[in-house]
Amino acid sequence: MSTKIDRAYYDIGRLDTLAAGDTPLHRLDPRAKLLTTMVFIFCVVSCGRYEITRLLPFFLYPAVLIGLGNLPLGYLLKKLLLVSPFVLFIGIFNPWLDRATMLQLGPLALSGGWISFFSLLLRFTLTIGAALLLIATTGFTAICMTLEKLGAPKIFTVQLLLLYRYLFILIEEAIRMMRAHALRSFSPRGRISFRVFPQMLGNLLLRTLDRAQRIHMAMLSRAFNGEIKIVRKFRFGSREVLFLGGFGGLFIVLRFTDVIELLGRLVLGTVTK
Amino acid sequence: MHMADALLSAPVGGVMWAATAATTIYCSTKIRQSLDDRKVPLMGVLAAFVFAAQMINFTIPGTGSSGHLGGGLLLAILLGPYAAFLAIASVLVVQALFFADGGLLALGCNIFHMGFIPCFLAYPLIYKKIVGNRPTGGRLLTGSLLAAVIGLQLGAFGVVLETTLSGISELPFSTFLIMMQPIHLAIGIVEGLVTAGIVSFLWKARPEILNLAATDQPLGTLHLKPVLIILVLATIFTGGFLSWYASEHPDGLEWSMFKVTGGKGLAGPNNGVHHTLEGLQEKTALMPEYGFRKSGTADRQEKAASGQLGTSVAGLVGSLLVLFLGLLLGLLLKKRGSTGPGQPHPQA
Repeated sequence: MSTKIDRAYYDIGRLDTLAAGDTPLHRLDPRAKLLTTMVFIFCVVSCGRYEITRLLPFFLYPAVLIGLGNLPLGYLLKKLLLVSPFVLFIGIFNPWLDRATMLQLGPLALSGGWISFFSLLLRFTLTIGAALLLIATTGFTAICMTLEKLGAPKIFTVQLLLLYRYLFILIEEAIRMMRAHALRSFSPRGRISFRVFPQMLGNLLLRTLDRAQRIHMAMLSRAFNGEIKIVRKFRFGSREVLFLGGFGGLFIVLRFTDVIELLGRLVLGTVTK
Repeated sequence: MHMADALLSAPVGGVMWAATAATTIYCSTKIRQSLDDRKVPLMGVLAAFVFAAQMINFTIPGTGSSGHLGGGLLLAILLGPYAAFLAIASVLVVQALFFADGGLLALGCNIFHMGFIPCFLAYPLIYKKIVGNRPTGGRLLTGSLLAAVIGLQLGAFGVVLETTLSGISELPFSTFLIMMQPIHLAIGIVEGLVTAGIVSFLWKARPEILNLAATDQPLGTLHLKPVLIILVLATIFTGGFLSWYASEHPDGLEWSMFKVTGGKGLAGPNNGVHHTLEGLQEKTALMPEYGFRKSGTADRQEKAASGQLGTSVAGLVGSLLVLFLGLLLGLLLKKRGSTGPGQPHPQA
């Protein structure tokens, strides 16, 4: 049965597999990729709400990453579509509320609302795409290591790693529990009632707490003293500097100069001359 | 609902990120100081539990729709505020990366709504006060219900505030608020009932776990003041000053429109549905274009000048709300603080 939890399990596994790919992009130090992504998101988000032409050149970055990283475009677009409802719902009010015509293209009059709505869609695609591409080219454990190197508290990065490690175990337990419930229930799709759910979760919780106790014992038996050392071989070399500097500089330039407008003027200038 | 990057502006996102980062560092320091390394695997596994539990949908009686557990309040009850905050933050990081839930910049906002508010506001101020050290069935239910409902209302309010302050969406503050609050009231009631169900299950099956968590973190040693001071200062700074900067420069399109037509934009038609709706919107907008409401037509320059002040007022209104919240919190903590340090620290 394709329930939410099965899809989630598949998604995490798929992105993990993608992150384990072997391309020059994947081999880059994760710090470069994380920092470039943050600069990218910041530049996109800081554009004004009526910006369309300024946002379009930013699509270069996802295109390059998908190309270099050999990533499946269809899968990523599907994930994007899955999380779009909320943003679309909020955004669709813009054309409804902002009716003043802002742009006249011959017979077509575009209101400010439609322009800001389209800009919103572009922002959404760019920012969410950047996050997905980051995880698809870097992998979760590498990101945790990067966070630690960039100054995040050790306890938090350890927490992230432990969560990631036990996520799969807990999801599998939850799937087994749901399947057992579905097989024993009278409802055709195994729907969990409101009364049963707290008891099911309570049960799972008790087992989880016992598991945590066993894990702690196992760690103590292996001389755990509260510190987890993360050992990873990565160097921040010339290629990383080129990546971060090149793309970062490009984003800042794109943020402050409207390249498409310049091109448009250039073309119009030569045509009218 | 999760906040999205697309609806966020850079200053708002940056401030929320700073607040979340500060809280994360503070919680990590607190946990390290308490020297309870038993918590480390517990935090990890319970975070995985909440992650998995969020994927299990149950049917809500009467409506036929399905809901799922949020988990913030539950984690706070089981782990105490500091550990629970880190656990929820980690769950949200995984969701933001793997499921594109909101985005990386909005992560700061989301961790604040779903981590800070349940762990440091709803749990200590509502749940603990009602349930205390001796839980009974009724008290667990009321405590969970109230804490969940109020926590989610505050979270939803946060989303509305951030979206309006960012200015990417045109939704006026009041409209958005009216849309979000009732939905989150329903979600809060469901969350409260489910949390109460799980906690009372635990209380009947293994009460020592609840007692352990309850006495582990006495409220007297909860120091929220440093975090709050950072938050209030950051919000005032952003609301008061950065928004001033935000209103100075015209948008690219406005600028090019001005160059071409000499006006800010073209007026819409003067009759029909559009005109009626425009009039309705003008009347209901709380702070049109982030400025004071001008009766009658105003000059463009006059609008620009008042626009600056207006944006700062909108920002300051948000800041004042946060300040009020902080003062309320401070007052409550002061009352607890006068009885706190005298109590001996119970042995866990």
